[in-house]
Formats: sequence, structure tokens, C-alpha cells
Amino acid sequence: MGENTFEPWNDPEAKPLIQFKNVTKRFGTFTAIDDQTFDIYEQEFFALLGPSGCGKTTMMRMLAGFETPTEGTILLGGQDIAPIPPNKRAVNMMFQSYALFPHLSVWDNIAFGLKRDGLAKDKIEARVAEMLKLTRLEKFGQRKPHQISGGQRQRVALARSLAKAPKLLLLDEPLGALDAKLRQDTQFELMDIQEKTGTTFVIVTHDQEEAMTVASRVAVMDDGKIIQADTPARIYEMPNSAYVADFIGDVTIIEGRATPSGDGYDIAFAEDQPDLHAKSDITFTAGQTCYLAIRPEKMRISAEKPDDLPNAVRGKILDIAYLGNLSTYHVELPGGQIIKAQAANTRRLSARPFTWEDEVWLSWTATAGVLLEG
Amino acid sequence: MLRFVNLTILTAIIGLVVYAAAVLILNPWRLDTVVFTQGRAVIAVLLAIGLLVVLPSRLRDRIAALAIVVVPYYWLLALFLVPFIIVLKISLSDIELAIPPYTPTLDLGEGWQGIKDFFAGLDFENFEFLTTDDLYWKAYLSSVQIAFLSTVMTLLVGYPIAYGMANAPTHWRPTLLMLVILPFWTSFLIRVYSWMGILSTEGYLNQVLMWTGVISEPLTILNTNVAVYIGIVYTYLPFMILPIYASLERMDVSLLEAAEDLGCSRISAFWLITVPLSKSGIIAGSFLVFIPALGEFVIPSLLGGSRTLMIGKVLWEEFFNNRDWPVASAVAVVLLLILIIPIILFQRNQQKQREAEG
Repeated sequence: MGENTFEPWNDPEAKPLIQFKNVTKRFGTFTAIDDQTFDIYEQEFFALLGPSGCGKTTMMRMLAGFETPTEGTILLGGQDIAPIPPNKRAVNMMFQSYALFPHLSVWDNIAFGLKRDGLAKDKIEARVAEMLKLTRLEKFGQRKPHQISGGQRQRVALARSLAKAPKLLLLDEPLGALDAKLRQDTQFELMDIQEKTGTTFVIVTHDQEEAMTVASRVAVMDDGKIIQADTPARIYEMPNSAYVADFIGDVTIIEGRATPSGDGYDIAFAEDQPDLHAKSDITFTAGQTCYLAIRPEKMRISAEKPDDLPNAVRGKILDIAYLGNLSTYHVELPGGQIIKAQAANTRRLSARPFTWEDEVWLSWTATAGVLLEG
Repeated sequence: MLRFVNLTILTAIIGLVVYAAAVLILNPWRLDTVVFTQGRAVIAVLLAIGLLVVLPSRLRDRIAALAIVVVPYYWLLALFLVPFIIVLKISLSDIELAIPPYTPTLDLGEGWQGIKDFFAGLDFENFEFLTTDDLYWKAYLSSVQIAFLSTVMTLLVGYPIAYGMANAPTHWRPTLLMLVILPFWTSFLIRVYSWMGILSTEGYLNQVLMWTGVISEPLTILNTNVAVYIGIVYTYLPFMILPIYASLERMDVSLLEAAEDLGCSRISAFWLITVPLSKSGIIAGSFLVFIPALGEFVIPSLLGGSRTLMIGKVLWEEFFNNRDWPVASAVAVVLLLILIIPIILFQRNQQKQREAEG
């Protein structure tokens, strides 16, 4: 690891900016957040990722002050924020609907929070000008929100929430309303702005690609719980559960029974198929049910059986998803198990070696897949 | 063929309407005799159809297309412009002890000379008369004052109600809306009468106040301007509540959260966000109250006293006590001119709102 790597969560000395301590939030009988404890560090870009209804928005609204935890405490810079109302918190939020004030101009929208702080007029003007420049909106200061495009509105909302230089900026599905192309550009813009301002960002999203792109750490949530919180690369390569593996990216999950063998495990998954081999840090007892998660790009697809790899299975191509640069092949094994394999389309279409109904060999190394308990 | 029949019927209707309008404007009393016994309507219709037959087919299509656009305007013409022109014509006439009680009336039987005489008989004497007696301008002024103050009071009462409704749980809103509209199911006159029972010296209000010991002597409310204000506020409250409710209900709740997030207290968020965003509703409601309240007649005559001066009452007296139709019509025309200003402002507001939403 290089010296400049930004990983405060691995540094026992680092003091977290936000600490959730055994936080539970219930709405009536429904538990939205279930006894969660975790830290967010200064200058982090922290993503809460999960399907709708998993509690990620509730988490964010508790940080903003619109909800209070039923149990547990949330500390911001070491201070319990439960008694502080939203208008007194050094936290600002960018709303999913942007919530721009329709009767105010772009300039007045951005100046709104500064005016509430009773800043001097020239200071407000300087700060708004700075924000307009940061978000490249200089030309649109006098427009009303309905007179600008969706992407511009998104930037106004961002500028408005950044204007007060909050310690923590919350972004609730900030790019949800933008089309795919604009969303990509804006993701990089967001990262740029986050780096420039050094503000801690917490982003809520259901779009895994977005979370992976922008965040320094991603917390995958399900049913009021954080299942795994780690860097995008570790989440992708080392998911701690079948749920996370399945939620992030494309994956094939093979259920089987593990038997210790050498420095790894033999996995029996179907009657007339050879055992698979995988290495794992987790200890399995003989005969324990296990799940092998393999990413499609880790597979090699070939016409002949390769002899250099420990895992090789034969199947028939059922489906081909052509993505342009890549193709994903769905290969069905004789037992009915479907395995996804991806190959780069390095050749022109006519020269492709495989097509539907072809019998192919899929092979992978002992470390390509992740062996999981559940 | 079918199209031609349709076109013919349409032309006939248009011809009839134009003819009836012309007759009405010139001489409303003769509607029955002129239209139906002399058969001139039939002539007008035949003329219109004849014209259509003679015209080349392309021009006919043009007329058909035009007619579709124009038909809605006939309603405006028949229901608004024609009555107005009748009133305007009477206001330019002179009083006379006859049926109708004014002169001149148009006699088409005398041909061109009759039309000339008719227009020579019209003048602005009645409008000049309105300026000589200070009763009239005082009545206008006092009407504007009463209408304005009661609009402000209706706003003060209506806004909190609308706000409460817009913030009520969603499943309660239809019921609350119903409760606001419910009074319209009873006659307006009966509701104003019932206020007499509440406000009179022996009325329910005084009984309750005396019984609770708030006052020892009964208050005189009925037949004062206070009763008029109460009556107007009560009657026009729904017109204020509904547009404000509509604008508040449309409002995005996250705007208030955003305001709070940016440092507003609940109260300042109300003044900085909620009020400006319900502005169009406030303006619409205020005009919907102000415009009819200005010409209000029933409420001041039932609840007001002899000293309550409102132009609607003056108009009534000119018509029915003095039987001076021309002066009464002149009063009505001036009232309409006064109302045009707020009506134009109201239209502007609606237009602006549409633009902001579009």
C-alpha cells in the first residue's frame, strides 16, 4: 500500500467524523434500521447502496435531522446530534427531487442558506459567485429553476447544499433524474468537487455502478442492516456473502458441499460433474454447504479442454448477450446449472469462434471464485 | 351531402342567434312580437342559407371551419356581451313613464329615419347625473372599502383553514373539502337569514356571550357594518379557501425540509417558502372574494343597517324604488368599469401562474 492511499478506516489512530452506535429506527412495528454500528471518516465519499426499502434513506434522514433514532446514538465530530434540530446542524443535504425553490432565482437559491446565517452582503455575493463557478453555472444566476435543464438543476442543488461549507454533505439519489450519459459525466464532476472542497460526502443510491464509481467506501444494505462496508474493489472481489456478490455486478453462484483438500476445498455441486476446486480463508467442515461466486470475466471459454486449470466444465451455449466490447455467454451444464462467462470481442463479428448451441469448455483458477458460507 | 346539411343547420342557427341578438339589443321588449309573429327570424335564416348556397364550395369550407371556432364565442356573445350592450343602451336613454320605462326605442317600421332618431335620442346625461350627487361616489367608495376589508378578513380566516386542510392526513382531505363545499347545498339567502337569528340583539351569539358572562348588555351587531363584514366573510370563505388549498396541496414537502436544512426555523420557512408559493392561490382567492363582494346586494340589505352604503343597494333602489332604469343602468355600467381593473389583474395572475407551471 502506498503512503498516499486514503484509507482512514484501516488506521486505528484516525478519528471518525460520524459514528453510528447501535442505532435502531422503528416506524411503528416496522424496523427500518436494525442495531447498526459503523463509522464514516473525514473527507470520505461514503455510499449507502441497496434496493429500495432497505433503510438507506432513513439512515441519511437521521443524519440530516429529519428523523431521530429510536435507540442508540449518532455522533458527529464526537458530539451527539440527536438534540440538534436540522437547521442548526453543520450538515447539508441534496434532495432527490432537488427541492429547488421555484420562486427564487438560481442565485437566490444558492444564497438562501447564507442569508439565513446573516452573513454580510459582500460575503454572500463572493460565496455565491464561487459556488456558481465551481458548478459552472455563472451564466444562469438570474434564471428561475424552471428555465434551466435537468442537469443544471442538479448542479444548482449541489451548489446550494455546498454553499454553507458543511462538514458533511448528504446526497439522496442525486443523479437519479438524469439520463445515462449525463449521469456518467456528473459522477466524475461530483468526485472532482468532493476532492476540491474536501467535504465528507454520504451518497444514497440504488445504482451499484454509481456507488462503485464515486465512492471511497460502499456500504451494501439489506433489510435495515449494512451487510458489508468496504472499498468498491474489495466489495467486488471479496464479497462477504452471496447477497453482496449477487447485488454487485454480474456473478454466477454455484451451491455445493465443501470437502477440505490440500490447501483448498473440493466442491461437489452436481452428480455427474467433476468436483470444483477453490481456495478460501474461511474454514469449512467436510460436507458443509457452500456457495462459490465467480465473476463472468474470470472465466476462460474455449473449444478444447485446457489442461493447465484446476476447474473445467463442459456445457452448451444457451444465450449470448452482446454488449459491444464484451459478450456474455450463458452456458448450460448437463445438470441444468447455468454459468455466465464473459469474453472480450477482440475480433470482428464474422470471426467469432462461438455461437448458440456450441459445446464449449469453461475453466478458471482455484482463486478466481470466492467461496462463501451464505 | 351530409356535410352540407350540417353546414346549413349551423348557418341557420348562427343567423337566428345574430338576428335575436340584434333584436334584443335594439329593443328587448319586442322580442316576442318581432321574432315570432312577424317572421323576420325566418327571413334571416333563409337569407343565411341562401347566402351559403350561392357561395363557392371552397369558401363554404372556410366558413364551416370558421364556424367551429366561432361557435363558443356565441355563448360569450349571448350571455355576456348582449346583456351588457342592453344595459349600456338603457344607461344612455332617458326615463319615461311608459313600458318600457325609458326612451328612445327603435322602430324599424320607420326605416332609416327611425334608426337616425334612435341614435339621436341617446346621450350621457345619466352618467353626468352620477357626478352631481355625492351619494353615488360615496357609495362606490364605501363599497370598495367594505369589499377590500372583508377580502383581507376572509384571507386571514381562510388561509389557516386551507393550511390546516393541506397538512391534514391524506385520507381526511376529501372530507374536509366536502365540509367547505357543503354550505353551497343550502340556499345562499337562507344562510344569510340565519345569520340574522345569530346576530340579532336576542340572537344566539348574544345569548351565549351573556350566559358565559363575557358581556352584561347585549351587543348591537345586526344592522351594522360589522354584520355586513361577518356576512361577506362567511359567504365567500370557500372561494378563498379552495384556491389557497389547491396551491398549498401542490407544494412539495421536501422544499420545507430543504429550507430547514439550510438554516430556516419552521416559522421562517413558512414565510419564506410556503407563503410565496401559495401567492397565486392568495391572489386568486382574493379576487374571487373582492369582485362579487364589491357589487354585493343581498348581504348589506339583510344584515346591514340604514347607514350601510353599498353600490349594490343603491342600484336596487334606483331600479325598484325610483323605477329609474336609465340611472340604475348607468350605476351598473360604472360598477362594471370599476370591476374591469381587478378582473384584468386577476387574469394576469392566472396567466403568469400558467407560464410558471409550463
